[in-house]
Amino acid sequence: MINRLGKVLSLALILITLVTFVIGCAKTERPSPPTEPKVTPQAPQYPIHSATTRFRIATTTSLYDTGLWYYLEPMFEEYASVEMDIVYAGTGIALEYGRCGDVDAVVVHSRVDEDKFIAEGYGINRRYFAYNFFLIAGPETDPTAIKGLAAIDAFKKIAEEGIKNPDIVKFVSRGDQSGTHVKEQGVWQKAGYKYEDIQKSGKWYVEAGKGMEPCLLMASEQQAYILTDISTFTAYKGKLSLVSLVEAEEPTFLNVYAVMAINPDKVPTTKIDVANKFINWLISPEVQNILGTYGKAEFGKPLFRPTSDGSCQMEGCPTVEEYSKTVP
Amino acid sequence: MIEIWHGFLKAIELIVTLNPEVLEITGRSLLISASSCIIATFICLPLGSLIHLNNFKGKRALINLIQTFYSIPTVAVGLLVFLLFSRAGPLGFMNLLFTPTIMVVGQVILISPIILGLVIAALSGIDRAVPETAIATGANNFQAATLVIREARYAIYSAIIMGFGRAISEVGLALMVGGNIRGYTRIITTAISLETSKGDIELSIALGIILIVLALVINIVLNRLQQR
Repeated sequence: MINRLGKVLSLALILITLVTFVIGCAKTERPSPPTEPKVTPQAPQYPIHSATTRFRIATTTSLYDTGLWYYLEPMFEEYASVEMDIVYAGTGIALEYGRCGDVDAVVVHSRVDEDKFIAEGYGINRRYFAYNFFLIAGPETDPTAIKGLAAIDAFKKIAEEGIKNPDIVKFVSRGDQSGTHVKEQGVWQKAGYKYEDIQKSGKWYVEAGKGMEPCLLMASEQQAYILTDISTFTAYKGKLSLVSLVEAEEPTFLNVYAVMAINPDKVPTTKIDVANKFINWLISPEVQNILGTYGKAEFGKPLFRPTSDGSCQMEGCPTVEEYSKTVP
Repeated sequence: MIEIWHGFLKAIELIVTLNPEVLEITGRSLLISASSCIIATFICLPLGSLIHLNNFKGKRALINLIQTFYSIPTVAVGLLVFLLFSRAGPLGFMNLLFTPTIMVVGQVILISPIILGLVIAALSGIDRAVPETAIATGANNFQAATLVIREARYAIYSAIIMGFGRAISEVGLALMVGGNIRGYTRIITTAISLETSKGDIELSIALGIILIVLALVINIVLNRLQQR
C-alpha cells in the first residue's frame, strides 16, 4: 500500500518536473513580470521573438529599480527587431563594462564620469534623454530639522549634528562610486567638507556599498537620512518609513540621465548601429512623451521629465543639441 | 516570521497558477545546473578513476589540492570566469559573457573539484582486490575501472547529487557572469538576490521554497534510479 503510494507520488513529481522543464525552456513567450510597479495602460505585451541580434546595455541601479526598463525594453525590441539585454550595476561598473566592450551602450547619470569616459575615447554620441532631481529623504521625526532647507545647508546641518550625535543622526551613503554617490560627494564638497574627512568622522556616516533600493531600505531600517533620486524614492515610498525632507529643484540636486554608445574605434565588436538606433529612439518625440508620463498613473506624478520639452533651464541642464540632435 | 508563512502561500500561488516568469526561471535554473552537472560528471568520473587507480608521485598532494577547491567561493570563480571571457579578456572573442552558456561553463569549473574529489573518495572505498582480481582474470584496464565504478555506484551517485546541489544553489557566479538579465540569464537564485535587495521578501521566500521543492523532486527521481 505504501509502496504503491510511493510509486504514484514519484510518478506525479516526475511529471511535474518534466512539464516545468518543457515550459521553462520554451522560447516563444516572454511573459509579463510579476513585481514591477503598475504602468500606464498603453504598455505593450512582450512580442514574440525571432530576432537573433543581442543588443546589450548597462544601466544604473537607480534607473533599473524604477521599473522603467521593464516598460521600455519590449518597445525597443519590437522597434529595432533585436533582443535587448539589460545589465544593471552602479555607474562605475556600468562604465567598466563599456570599457571592456561587454555592453554596446551605457545609460548613466554622472556627468563627471561620463566626461572622463568620453575623454578616454570610449563613449560617443552622448545624449541626455531624461532628468529629475535628487532629494534628501529621512525619518519623519527629522532630528536635525532640515525640512525645507536648501540642499547645501541641509547637508551641513546633517554633518554637524551627525558628528555630535551619531546614535540619533545617521546618513546612509551609496558608497559604490555610482552616479548618486558621485553627486553626494560633490554636495559634501560644496558644503565645505573634504570627503575623506566625512568618511572618517564617525559612525553616523554609513557607507552601504549597494544599489539605490537596498540603500533606501537600509536608511528606512536605521531611520537615517539619505540622498536619493526622486524616481526611485517615489517608486518605493510604500515600502519605506521615510519621508522626503529636502526637495530642492536647484542645480546642486539636478540629476540628468545620459545614454552613450561605445566607440567602435576602441571596441571593434560593439554593435554601433543598434546603439545609435537606441539613442535616437530614446530622444524621439514618441518615447520622450512616454518618459514624461511614466509613473503618473501609479504614483500621481511622473517619475522622470523628458529633456526634449525644454523645461530644464538651469545651470547644468543639457543644451538643445545635447538632448535632441539625432545621431547620424 | 509571518513573512515566511506569506512566502509559503505565495510559493503555492505561483506554482498552482503556473506563473510564466517563475516557470521560465525555474526551467532555466534546472537546465543550467543539470547541464553543468552532467558535463562535470563526464569529465570527473573518468578523471577520478584515472587518479585513483594509478599510483604516481604527488598523488596525495593532488587529492589534497582537489579537496581544497571544495571551499572556493563562488564569487571568486565568477570573477575568474568574468576576466577570462570578458571582451577585453583572452577568451572574449567567443562572445560568451552574459549568456546562459557561460553560466554552465562557470558551474562546471565550480563543481568539478567536488565531484572529482568525492568520486575518488567513493572509489577508495572499494577494496584493492577488486580491480586486481579482475585484471588477474584477464580484464583490461578499462574493464577493471568500470567494475570498480559499478561497485562504488551508490557513493558516486551521492557525489553527483552533491555537485548538482552546489550548482543549483550558487548565486555569486551566476550573478557575475550571467548578469541576471531578465528573460535570458535570470535564474532562481539571482532572482532571489534581486527581489531581496528590492525589499520584496515574500517573493524571495517563495522562490527559495520553489528551489528547495525542485531539489527535492530531483533527489526523489535520482533516488528511485539509484535503487534499481
